[in-house]
Amino acid sequence: MSLHTPHIDWFALATILALLAASGVSLLGAVLVPAQRRRTFSAIVSKLGFVGGLVASIWLYVDSSGHSESVVSGGFLRDRWTALAQIILCGVGLATTLLSWEHLGRNDDHIAEFFALLLASAAGMAFFVGAGNLMTLFLSLEWFSIALYVMCAIDYEQEGSLEAGLKYLVVGSFGSAALLFGSALVYGATGTVSFHGIAAAIGAHGLTGDSLLAVGIALIVAGLGFKMSAAPFHMWTPDVYEGAPTPVTAWMSAATKVAALVLAFRLMRTAFPQDEHLWSVAFAVIAVASLVIGNLAALVQTNVKRLLAYSSISHAGFMLIGLSAGSALGGRALMYYLIPYSAMAFGSFAVVAARERELGEPVTLENLAGFGWERPFLGVAMWLFMFGFAGLPVGGGFVGKFYVFAAAYDHGWAWLVVVGVLATLVSLYYYLGVVRAMYMRAPALALAGGSPPRDRFLHIAVGMALVVSVGSMFAVSPLIDLARNAASSLPF
Amino acid sequence: MSTTFLTSILIWLPIAGAIVVWLLPLSRYATGSIAVLASLIEVGFWIEQASRFNFHSSSLQMSEQANWFGTTGPAHHTRPELGISYHVGVYGFSVWLVGLTAVAMAACIGYGFWVGRDRPRAYFALMLLLTGATVGVFESQDLILFYAFFEAMLIPLYILIGVWGGAKRMEATVKFVIYTMAGSLIMLAAIVVYGLHAGTFDLVHGPTSASRWLFLGFMLAFAIKAPLFPFHGWLPDSYREAPPEVTAVLSGVIAKAGLYGMLRIAIPLFTDPTGSQVLPAQFYRTAILALAAAALVYGSFLAFRAPDFRGVVAYSSLAQSGLITLGLFSGTTLGLNGAVLQMVAHGLVSVSLFLLAGVVERRTTTGDFALLGGMARGRPVLATLLMALGVISLAVPGSANFAGEFLILAGAFKLHWWWAVIGAGAIVLAAMYMLRLISAVLHEARGSTVADEAMDVRPGELALLAPLVAGLLLLSAWPAAVSHHSFVGRWPNQPNPNVIRTPLP
Repeated sequence: MSLHTPHIDWFALATILALLAASGVSLLGAVLVPAQRRRTFSAIVSKLGFVGGLVASIWLYVDSSGHSESVVSGGFLRDRWTALAQIILCGVGLATTLLSWEHLGRNDDHIAEFFALLLASAAGMAFFVGAGNLMTLFLSLEWFSIALYVMCAIDYEQEGSLEAGLKYLVVGSFGSAALLFGSALVYGATGTVSFHGIAAAIGAHGLTGDSLLAVGIALIVAGLGFKMSAAPFHMWTPDVYEGAPTPVTAWMSAATKVAALVLAFRLMRTAFPQDEHLWSVAFAVIAVASLVIGNLAALVQTNVKRLLAYSSISHAGFMLIGLSAGSALGGRALMYYLIPYSAMAFGSFAVVAARERELGEPVTLENLAGFGWERPFLGVAMWLFMFGFAGLPVGGGFVGKFYVFAAAYDHGWAWLVVVGVLATLVSLYYYLGVVRAMYMRAPALALAGGSPPRDRFLHIAVGMALVVSVGSMFAVSPLIDLARNAASSLPF
Repeated sequence: MSTTFLTSILIWLPIAGAIVVWLLPLSRYATGSIAVLASLIEVGFWIEQASRFNFHSSSLQMSEQANWFGTTGPAHHTRPELGISYHVGVYGFSVWLVGLTAVAMAACIGYGFWVGRDRPRAYFALMLLLTGATVGVFESQDLILFYAFFEAMLIPLYILIGVWGGAKRMEATVKFVIYTMAGSLIMLAAIVVYGLHAGTFDLVHGPTSASRWLFLGFMLAFAIKAPLFPFHGWLPDSYREAPPEVTAVLSGVIAKAGLYGMLRIAIPLFTDPTGSQVLPAQFYRTAILALAAAALVYGSFLAFRAPDFRGVVAYSSLAQSGLITLGLFSGTTLGLNGAVLQMVAHGLVSVSLFLLAGVVERRTTTGDFALLGGMARGRPVLATLLMALGVISLAVPGSANFAGEFLILAGAFKLHWWWAVIGAGAIVLAAMYMLRLISAVLHEARGSTVADEAMDVRPGELALLAPLVAGLLLLSAWPAAVSHHSFVGRWPNQPNPNVIRTPLP
């Protein structure tokens, strides 16, 4: 009996393989490398893994043709859309490695496992963004989710970490279940799981508006909504972001969002182009809900990690505006927006991590007082991130907002532009609140505890984020070209 | 030698200076010296620009254009890509406003150096950043670029007021930012809609638009920045709480950016150059003139009632913004010439007056009239400066302000004699509040906070104020320098006569 294996283009999976290999090596290090060298060893392995992934995905981007090629029997799609998302993911992963290097300082026990999980979740996301059918979509979703659940809880001696992991597990499983159920319904309606097959089946059988299909799409949208932490599927976000170790939060806020949004756009464009009238409205509604809830809730936060969590919900809303437009312009806007967004999200959490280390307690707006003057580089970085989030022209966030607004208006949704404008206005209050806390308040009494700054790598990571965030405003043209080429591999 | 680099260098020199000042860990003295030096070099470059500018040509000069985003690559979308470019250049009137910015910022940076602001590296870096952003506003010829600089002004201002301001600075900054951003974001929405329909964001080649909503979107942002009645809610707090030199910048320069926006964007994009149809700038003319007149009268009354030095100058700025808007929207060449002259003259006057308010406050710790008085005795330089500025400010015939106001009123008179009557009435009010200010500070019984030891204006302060006053006297002697060298032919000289119609009415 011979087993027929499909032809596999291994090069298309190079990014994922590099990350997985590094993950395995790091895991071996947990056993084979002596404890005092384990941190350095696994961090270097992780760094090499992400650099390898970055090189592979850049190569893939350059080497791919203008349209999607399916590899592994249609389970994975190799194109520039996948490659660009992988580039962003590997970049964030590299920065997260630098941030985590000196983190979890009191507890060296799990450091190798931590990096192994980081690499594994990155590999899962790198597969997820290129998923070509509903099966691989679900599998890779679970793949990176399970890694993230453990990462949230890894610092179990820290208050809230275990709770965060559990909460994420329960709510995340609910989201996955919704997605799985939706996939089953779509399969039931169309008889296929492949994205291209679904679109063909809908076209061939005139299934547009079919109720089974519509419910299936709705459940898939909800399941993805959990992952991109868009309202009303955001309930877990503030608690998990607050409780998880800050490097994990930084990784999740940037990378999970990239993966979920990129995949959502591909899935909707590739599998359900005929039902655009359904999902574009659904995403527009979710975008509005995220903008309203994220921004209003952020106004009253005093814990900076919670504040940034709500800010990430509101930014999911902005990016969903691009997604809901569903056009090539919308895809471009989304891809572009993700670049400065992930830099700013990662960078702001990294700055919070720095403050956390010197205080030894959760960072609030109160104990942020004077930070800007004490740590000039991190202070300036933080205000650039905050102003960038608010859409002021100090970073790519400004251009990103302009692009999503243009996409929404181009789609004929001027009202969505108005909502976005109002949301930006509200968001100013709390972003400026952070700047105010850092620079304009007299520092409170000297706080005891914490360790003296030991964060060379953290500075490098924040510097990287700063360069990307500010640089993306000046280098708009090349980045937009990258995003355009990526979006043009999707069917429009 | 090509002169186009002058336009860009005026924007980027101060920004580069800001980065240098911020990065180099130098002493307070060295940091301040570098900042002052940078601002003086900026003035030098502006003089070079003005001397090489051809004032007999109505077209854009010294322009530079480079693709910023959205024009390269094959456009596979149905429409051509959004063409957004780094397009800068100057017209006659822009030259004068750039000059105002350079000179005023140099004086204000010098003032900050003189009083020795805390945290000098951050302070001077932000002041230089503000200089670059403001010059950028006056020189950009692309809507998105304009918007970026317009917003970029806000960031240093926010921190300058919030860190170096007075006791109630937090409330002031929140109000200031929320007000201005509300206007700006609505303007961003208007820019997006305009640009997508026009197919370009370029100001020079852009078509005119018939949409009233877009016009109102732009006008709101400019009316808040100027500020114009009834959008001046942020003004009293910010002007009182900011450090004096920042207030000087706010009123002398930043407010002019709002007025410049009307002149460069709201009027040309929404006026039909052929005069064959009524576009929004004409449609709303009467309403805007009425608001401007209201600002003029109301601001003057508030200035008359204000209980402190800065309050008087702040509200008089509100009145002056109204007057300038009157000139801009009179739709006559006389009015436009007067408006530009008045922008420059009032900019210099209000910068000097606010710096002088700072000088007084440093000696008495207050600007409150109830606690001031009798400062003229033994302080001849202070008395002379304040008298001279007051006299220029109340538009005594022969002063630069008189020339500006006269031109504006003459322009408004051509439209309807009624506007000129209101304007002339307000000038009488100006005399009342300025004389009240002068007498409350210089004359009357000696105030309780005025110590005998309080010094006269020191040479260092005089070195900052004297050039400003000298500039004003020069303008008084030759107002035509500005008023006859701003426009050639009719404004707006939009080369693209098309009118676009958006789905918005």
